[in-house]
Amino acid sequence: MLVGCPRLPVAGRDAATSTPQLSGERAVSRPVLQYPHNRCLAVVPAYNEEASIVDVIRALRRHASDFDVLVVDDGSTDDTRQLAEAAGADVLRLPFNLGIGGAVQAGFTFALEHGYDRMVQVDGDGQHDPREIHRLMQAMASDPSIDVVCGSRFLTADYRYPAPISRRTGIHIFAFILSRIMRQRVSDPTSGFRLYNDRAISLFARDYPHDYPEVEAVLMVHHHRLRMVEIPVRMFLRNGGVSSIGSGKSVYYMLKVLLALFVGLARVRPVPEPGDVAPVAAEQGI
Amino acid sequence: MGSRIQIVAIVGAVVLLIVVLEMVRRRRLMERYALLWLLSAIVILGLAVWQDALNKLAEAMGIVSAPNALFFVAVAFILLLLLHFSAAMSRLSDQSKVLAQRHAVLEQRIRTLEDSRLRPAGERALEREPTLLR
Repeated sequence: MLVGCPRLPVAGRDAATSTPQLSGERAVSRPVLQYPHNRCLAVVPAYNEEASIVDVIRALRRHASDFDVLVVDDGSTDDTRQLAEAAGADVLRLPFNLGIGGAVQAGFTFALEHGYDRMVQVDGDGQHDPREIHRLMQAMASDPSIDVVCGSRFLTADYRYPAPISRRTGIHIFAFILSRIMRQRVSDPTSGFRLYNDRAISLFARDYPHDYPEVEAVLMVHHHRLRMVEIPVRMFLRNGGVSSIGSGKSVYYMLKVLLALFVGLARVRPVPEPGDVAPVAAEQGI
Repeated sequence: MGSRIQIVAIVGAVVLLIVVLEMVRRRRLMERYALLWLLSAIVILGLAVWQDALNKLAEAMGIVSAPNALFFVAVAFILLLLLHFSAAMSRLSDQSKVLAQRHAVLEQRIRTLEDSRLRPAGERALEREPTLLR
């Protein structure tokens, strides 16, 4: 039995919000569109994933049918976008390649603007299994204080994630550091297979790390006193395409994330609160 | 400091000052980026003209030759400018990221609106949720 999303009383809510006079602010914050009929969104960041994107969308429709599917096309140069649209997904077309962090954040922005209550990230390469989404939903439904549910590859004893030893070592180092910081076991901080509630969505729509975001995002969850839990999931090896992290970039990846972790620790306020100086501003002196 | 190197330093600083001011006048350089350039040109010019200050500075820093102190100050300003540009670049790339995301969200919304106008609403709903047929 799937844990369904809270269904929206469509007619009532639309009638309440689509008042005849269309004030500008209302039009921005609450779109008067025919959807979402339900309040759950699956975000699929995809960069040149034409080999696998259709399978991912089909699997989502089959196994997570109460989720709207949004593919974020991160400036692909192949037919990813066309295939995704033909498969019936909504597609955000980024005008140029932003990297995984920027693509996923576009998904958060979309989810926030369209008022979704739940957002799950499912990678476009097919390594995340949409059949596991309802288990993420169950975990979140079990306790209302949980903001993020993360699917972890390393919580089951019987299953070895078939990744190169170098990558696994890196993951375990991050896991060790984050577990110490958060005083809670974090086994798989690089997993992108995560379910977010509305609080996490609004946080990450405002600020999400840039290049290799998953590890830093865990730290942000901690800084903002949100609650994250992990549940064991199975993951596949990639169906096709090329990973965003090549073997040559592993060292750079490790250093960059370590820098982000330790600087992030020292940062007083990683994200501005309402009323703070804008972190991104055109009008700043030297 | 020898008078030749002094003349070279003064001429260089004056040319820099004029070029920066002219670029600001032609709106090729924004004021907020010109300020640091102007400051470095003025300080270098001041030290080149005012020999006493340069000698005292060199002595205080333990630099034997006064012209080297001038080079040191110039290099320090160059590093400062580079850091300033890295910061500006970080801000710009952050801004362009946000713009790209907003652009994509708005474009998707326009496409959806156009789509729902061009076709009957029921048709699109069915397409999105084929299970409605059953």
